[in-house]
Amino acid sequence: MTDPVDVLIVGAGASGAGVAWNLAETKMHILCLEQGDWMKPSEYPSTGRDWEARQLNDFHISPNRRARDTDYPVNDANSPIKIANFNGVGGGTVLYAGHFPRFHPSDFRVRTLDGVADDWPIDYATLEPFYNENDRMTGVSGLAGDPAYPAHEPMMPPLPLGKSGATLARGLNKLGWHWWPSDSAIASVDYEGRARCINLGHCTSGCAQGAKASTDITYWPAAIRAGVELRTRCRVREITTNEGGMASGVVYYDANGIEHFQPAEIVILACNAVGTARILLNSASARFPNGLANSSGLVGKNLMFHPYARIAGYFDEELDGYRGPGNCIWSQEFYETDRSRGFARGYTFEFNRGQGPVMAAVHGMQIGRLPWGPDHHRAYRKLFCHRTGMVAICEDLPEKQNTVTLDPVLKDSNGIPAPKITYTLSENSRRMLDHAVARGTEILRAAGAYDVWFEAPIPEGGWHLMGTARMGTDPTRSVVNEWGRSHDVKNLFIVDGSIFVTSAGVNPTRTIQALALYVADSIKQRLAAATLFD
Amino acid sequence: MLTTDQCRSLRCLAEIMIPASVEYAMPSAGDDAIFADILQSLGRDAEHALAVVRTLDDMAGGVFGDLEPARRQAVSAPLLASDGEALMHLNRIILQCYYRDDRVMRSLGLEARPPYPKGHEVEQGDWSLLDPVRARPKLYREVP
Repeated sequence: MTDPVDVLIVGAGASGAGVAWNLAETKMHILCLEQGDWMKPSEYPSTGRDWEARQLNDFHISPNRRARDTDYPVNDANSPIKIANFNGVGGGTVLYAGHFPRFHPSDFRVRTLDGVADDWPIDYATLEPFYNENDRMTGVSGLAGDPAYPAHEPMMPPLPLGKSGATLARGLNKLGWHWWPSDSAIASVDYEGRARCINLGHCTSGCAQGAKASTDITYWPAAIRAGVELRTRCRVREITTNEGGMASGVVYYDANGIEHFQPAEIVILACNAVGTARILLNSASARFPNGLANSSGLVGKNLMFHPYARIAGYFDEELDGYRGPGNCIWSQEFYETDRSRGFARGYTFEFNRGQGPVMAAVHGMQIGRLPWGPDHHRAYRKLFCHRTGMVAICEDLPEKQNTVTLDPVLKDSNGIPAPKITYTLSENSRRMLDHAVARGTEILRAAGAYDVWFEAPIPEGGWHLMGTARMGTDPTRSVVNEWGRSHDVKNLFIVDGSIFVTSAGVNPTRTIQALALYVADSIKQRLAAATLFD
Repeated sequence: MLTTDQCRSLRCLAEIMIPASVEYAMPSAGDDAIFADILQSLGRDAEHALAVVRTLDDMAGGVFGDLEPARRQAVSAPLLASDGEALMHLNRIILQCYYRDDRVMRSLGLEARPPYPKGHEVEQGDWSLLDPVRARPKLYREVP
């Protein structure tokens, strides 16, 4: 047994970093256990000639393909959308694109406004100061004045529009549809010791320049300077409880497979909607036979992805290709509910640039635009640097049959049962995807594309994992309360995407981090008032 | 992992997939340096490559690489038109090695270097395109 700590955080990704940093000022003994390693930016793929190949191997978004020692397998055979994640200090922010939209006020009130799913127990105004604080820590580029959002001020200029962005913007303007420079967690100018973006064009395999705000280079250095301890290569198996039904600590395995018990006064889960549900379900005991914090039966239920559509066009003129961050502009023309479209809620278009030389070939082959044989070279030159397009991020509504459970057979390298995903695309999502493909095609045609290709949903697009330990005020209909504390175990908190009530139609990281800061702030206030465990 | 015969078959297949081009000054995927890179890069996908070569040899009724060039084209055509998982992985390896070769990159007008540390230039673009969007009323909904 190791020395007890005051606060034990499981997971050093987007939310674990934020909650650790915010709690550090309490001067409590805070320990974070992370199953992955520290990343070495000097070894990121963009530093080598095999930069695109590594995205298909040791930097693949699927843990099953990547299969690092630090990964755990996921059985996602029963889902049309496969899990994407990353295990390491920084978590998913190491591989994310850095698209950094906020939720909208309406996203917290979907039952009231649209009669679907449930309202959140908090609102936009509750999170707004934490969005602002997180923006400052992260460093957000963008442009104030977006009519799709309440006013907020990005602290850096937007990323360049480039040839691709300008081409798409002209198409959108022809249609009279909304677009705006994307808020991005990418430094467009030098920011807080981080160098500005130099358009490496490979954000989703780690940013060697350090311009993209992964939490290993934003929150963690500050948290560690403030006294937080971060222990890597520690894979948590379960949370233990004492005779009073409170969390007493965790059991974890170190890099050598040695089992340890780490006692703690407070346990905070920050492993996102698959990892957190897995640990809670693996923490079943005589007192908690269905898993910890699961008296509602909702742990692992209501899994939400964002079903994605990808729509790309091919143009006669040369575009940006692989140069520049993928982030460019977005459109929220179809974000708010309009029932005449045939579905509830909506989606965001996020426009990207192009592909590197390898991916242009691999993808061109997969979609039947690139032949083998004598015509290969001519066809390739029509594809490479002549493609741009968008993804549509569709709001996924919570449904109990979409679940994370424990696989009865599959286990990780420590013998811990692996997660099993069961997910069906809803009719509402299917209609939304169809709508997005049709509208995206219109945009590309208006922009001058001579050929349009799409896929919906994107099979490997399970980047956003939400909803498996939802927040709420009713213990029978939620797992944690309105400030992230388990209804059942009063010293257990959850701060990641699993506490989302609904998914909105935007990337979740900015909201996950705002929630983590908000929960930390709630903990501090109640510690001061001596009401934390009431 | 591949025998000498299997390597010869795979190399012939690579040459069919991406032949040399005089017009574009491009080598074939069976070029010495590129094929060496392919063999070195099989890694975790070596089993897939092996499966493709075995299928090819079966279709050839012997060592595919020993067939006359015209016969190789005919034998490999149905395989290349298929979409099995093993072929997909082999395709990726061949393409990733081909399109990082110095000569290929130069022929495409690219510098033969990794993205970091030099990076790339991207033009700012015409931000006046935003003017009509700036003139729009707000799109988001107020909540009760």
